[in-house]
Amino acid sequence: MITLLTYDHSLDGFFTAVFEVYEYKIEKAEIRKEALEKPALFYGLHRVITDPKKAERVFKKLKMLLGEKGIHQIIYSLLTEDEHCERPILEVIKYAIANPEKKVLSNMTNQSVLKLERYTKQVGREKHRMEAFVRFRLITDQIYFAEIEPDFNVMPIIAKHFAQRYQDQKWLIFDQKRQYGLFYNLQTVETVEMDFSDKTKDLEMLGNDEDLYQNLWRTYFDKTNIKARKNTRLHIQHVPKRYWKYLTEKQPF
Amino acid sequence: MNFERINEKLSILADAAKYDVSCSSSGSNRKNKNKGLGDASGMGICHSYTEDGRCVSLLKILLTNVCIYDCAYCVTRKSNDIKRAAFTVQEVVDLTINFYRRNYIEGLFLSSGIFKDANTTMERLVAVAKKLRLEQNFNGYIHLKSIPGATDELMKEAGLYADRLSVNLELPTVEGLKLLAPDKNRQDMINPMTFVKNEIILYQDEKRRFKKSPKFAPGGQSTQMIIGATPETDLQIIHTANDFYKDFNLKRVYYSGYIPVSQDARLPSLQSQVPMLRENRLYQADWLMRFYGFRADEILDVKKPFLELDVDPKLGWALRNLDFFPLNIQTADFHAILRIPGVGVKSAWKIVEGRKFTKLNLQHLQKMGVAVNRAQHFISFANSFIKTNLLQQHNLKDIILGTVKSKYQTHYSAQLSLF
Repeated sequence: MITLLTYDHSLDGFFTAVFEVYEYKIEKAEIRKEALEKPALFYGLHRVITDPKKAERVFKKLKMLLGEKGIHQIIYSLLTEDEHCERPILEVIKYAIANPEKKVLSNMTNQSVLKLERYTKQVGREKHRMEAFVRFRLITDQIYFAEIEPDFNVMPIIAKHFAQRYQDQKWLIFDQKRQYGLFYNLQTVETVEMDFSDKTKDLEMLGNDEDLYQNLWRTYFDKTNIKARKNTRLHIQHVPKRYWKYLTEKQPF
Repeated sequence: MNFERINEKLSILADAAKYDVSCSSSGSNRKNKNKGLGDASGMGICHSYTEDGRCVSLLKILLTNVCIYDCAYCVTRKSNDIKRAAFTVQEVVDLTINFYRRNYIEGLFLSSGIFKDANTTMERLVAVAKKLRLEQNFNGYIHLKSIPGATDELMKEAGLYADRLSVNLELPTVEGLKLLAPDKNRQDMINPMTFVKNEIILYQDEKRRFKKSPKFAPGGQSTQMIIGATPETDLQIIHTANDFYKDFNLKRVYYSGYIPVSQDARLPSLQSQVPMLRENRLYQADWLMRFYGFRADEILDVKKPFLELDVDPKLGWALRNLDFFPLNIQTADFHAILRIPGVGVKSAWKIVEGRKFTKLNLQHLQKMGVAVNRAQHFISFANSFIKTNLLQQHNLKDIILGTVKSKYQTHYSAQLSLF
């Protein structure tokens, strides 16, 4: 008999669900994000109420069993927002708890371990892409503003990178797909949600030289290319077309 | 700022700088300090890729394309009738800062034509780096070209502000240099390299003892050479690279396929193709030496001084050394596993870790990311002897080539006939 545990999409929520799998000794458990369509066949339904204390205990236990690397892989896997990402994560957790003496994460023949590796790689790649492809433009109020639409929910894991390098300018990175952003106000980075439809106009008030610098960048991009070596396939492999929308250098002059 | 004029200069000086291959922005340890701008302590980032598929990480420009030299392979050569331009120090600083603030780049790669003499040119390059560091508190990546013939004092200053320094060897052999760049000599290139190498050793030693010792080119030094402008063999090129890795602790040697820029009896014709496949094979050989434990003399020998174009150098080595295989995947040493065609460094680790848990089979390897269409012919599994009878060089090569479709196929069918 399968029991379906639903949680609120948060990390603490997921860890609470893991806690309750053990608390209620649920043998066949399936953890699933709330509000997703329920699978046709299941028997028990268990709605998880996020409990930071339970989450903390699971976190500590997992950190002991799986180390930093394990926690990293679990967080990255959840950020895929994949409908079924909880399944291999729970499998790995069970595997680790059942074999505390083994370094289960290095079992590269275990399907779930490999799946987590794969998720981690995918999210890591997207994080790296966003660190590369964010294009700021200088707008009103001396804010450097960028829009992105990443494949995965990478905002929580790119914050540190931008906070470290841009400390003397205000910046705002907005995820148009998930409708929230990160704003650095010269002191701290905070999460912001806003209704974009009204504000777009204000935001489009570009700084003085903004257009000119964008043009210089396009000139550079064009001139640094070697026509005799043209390789469109490779170009698109590195910069897939879905990212072009927000890349300054891919906009016509 | 006069944007129109800057735009024109940028067109000329980016165009002239694009033949420099390196775009690396990694390997430094420079952190943002005092709430300044930039950070070069992480891994390198390619912010974009040109339409030829090369990484755009740094703003790569010449300070000026005015040059007193007349090197045959170079667009900037004195005798070439082209537009000349020069940036002021301040203009380069402004461009770098404004591009960096918009997350276009990781930093600056500044090179230059030799406009008066080596020292005047080097001084100007250093002035840009110094201004970025001291006046702008810029902590992004700076790669400066070391100008052959510049004094040790200038090189010392350059190392204080730059993350990486590089000298272009230009051509793989001294003879080639004499032929195409008669004004230059190898010794002038080696001097600053030697100086930088020694300073880096000193810096690393000091860093171990004093936490706060000033940085010196923390991203190391690199070099590049042009391939296919002169008739060197791959064997010569690989040995040159190997010597420079060893003697100067270089981070990287870059290979730049010659792009015809001049009608000159000493050079391939203007119609000749850029030897991109050959360049690719050289990089593969370079990787084998740096990450896979191959020695230069294992990759090529005097009897066969060119890398095969239809198979990569690792597969080539395996086909020449069939008695090394098949390897038992369950027991073989890590370094031996690295030599299996189709197994990369990461999958080699996965194999070594994974086999502690279970007896590996072909499917396991596939899931780990091994290119099994190549690898399968060179391995045996714990309890089986399948496929070992395939180890006959002639048909094995055909079998493997039959299972893969190389993106280069059109290249080598045409290029093979050259050799």
